[in-house]
Amino acid sequence: MSNEKTKASEEQLIYANILNTGMWLGLAVLATTFLMYIFGVLPNFVPIDDLPKYWGMKAKDYIHTLHAPTGWGWVSFLGKGDYLNFIGVAMLAGLTILCYLAIIPTFWRKKDKAYLVIAIAEVAVLLLAASGLMKTGGH
Amino acid sequence: MVQHYSKGMIVLLAVLAMVAMAGAAFASSAGHEAVASAPAATTTGGQADPHAAAPAAAAPASTTPWWVWPLALFIVSFILGILAVLGGVGGGVLYVPIVGGFFPFNLDFVRGAGLMVALAGALAAGPGLLKRNLASIRLAIPVAIIASAAAIVGAMIGLALPQNVIQIALGATILGIVAIMLMAGKSDFPNVPKPDKLSQALGIMGIYREESIGKDVEWNVHKTIPGLILFIGIGIMAGMFGLGAGWANVPVLNLLMGAPLKISVATSKFLLSITDTSAAWIYMNQGAVLPMMVAPSIIGIMLGSLIGVKILAKSKPKAIKWMVIALLLFAGLRALLKGLDIWK
Repeated sequence: MSNEKTKASEEQLIYANILNTGMWLGLAVLATTFLMYIFGVLPNFVPIDDLPKYWGMKAKDYIHTLHAPTGWGWVSFLGKGDYLNFIGVAMLAGLTILCYLAIIPTFWRKKDKAYLVIAIAEVAVLLLAASGLMKTGGH
Repeated sequence: MVQHYSKGMIVLLAVLAMVAMAGAAFASSAGHEAVASAPAATTTGGQADPHAAAPAAAAPASTTPWWVWPLALFIVSFILGILAVLGGVGGGVLYVPIVGGFFPFNLDFVRGAGLMVALAGALAAGPGLLKRNLASIRLAIPVAIIASAAAIVGAMIGLALPQNVIQIALGATILGIVAIMLMAGKSDFPNVPKPDKLSQALGIMGIYREESIGKDVEWNVHKTIPGLILFIGIGIMAGMFGLGAGWANVPVLNLLMGAPLKISVATSKFLLSITDTSAAWIYMNQGAVLPMMVAPSIIGIMLGSLIGVKILAKSKPKAIKWMVIALLLFAGLRALLKGLDIWK
């Protein structure tokens, strides 16, 4: 017999529902764009046959050698089959930010100041990571 | 008969995984050697760098068709997905050392894919665990801010270090994880005499339905500050190595902070979705995410996880755990020896 006390909180349920929908959507997009990629629906930035020459390089050498985009530069290359996959990747990577934004109003309404502040701080940290401002050094 | 069938399948899977890894290592060392200096290659999308005295350049053409490696990656990820569920470990801790040790992809891309794999697994498991109130947002949120910020630092350090240093450190870490798995105990319902002031102030507590005993279990935590300090280290390692960090989250939440084991495992899984998000963005923004790796890996491990969940009820947890430990030992040694240039 379920006890009201053992039920998930309102913010947990909000988080869970958005997470579930977003995850399946992101996966569907990733699977679709990957099929488009391997079947050559769009031209690729790096020809698929050439990939094995480069995937053994460190990322910074790969970027430098191929003049590949970094940060959000991939958005300019959505016409390329390989970079189209970044839509699904970005959706999956950005889902947590969306979930946090969704539960912030609940913490505000409940006057849960500590969790409101922590949740806002978390969004700030994740947005900083996503921004492309954090770099490891030039090449 | 069901037991024999599942035992046989599990042994076959483990053997297939070992053979795939050994074969990949052989093919990788035979066909892919990074050339130390050569003119940069041109592509249809990019441009050749006219000043290219690149420190590393295109590897010589291989006879292995390009699709062999993503297909092998999908198969290995699928097997790892099954074993990870049965062995109670995350996908990342198996994925990174195994793919990093036996496939021709650079460790930067392996770690980027590993983070995405661990993230995808956590995103998939999160909703169910949150709805069942096994994963606790109240426990996860304060921990997550620490771990996710630290993971950014770890990712930046990891991408800046030379490959062999990362391989050695990864190998040593994986062997350390094996030691933790062998020696660390677990406590289903730890005794928390009194919650500490910080956990009380934050309201880190809860109550969940423990179906195995048919009772509601109230829980709270203590030693919150030492726990948060440890999560700094955990976050750094997760970002540096592209691992999921579940292997470290659970002991800290359960053995140090005193959360019940089920709450610890479920919250840890959910926590990965936050920690790995921050590190994954760093890898992505630094160009260390290859779609040709990420997509088959994520799809493979998620399909494998679904199968793993189906056969979990019929499998013997201890036998699987030993198999996972053996795999990790093998992969950890491979990473260490590869970094030391002993086993190329």
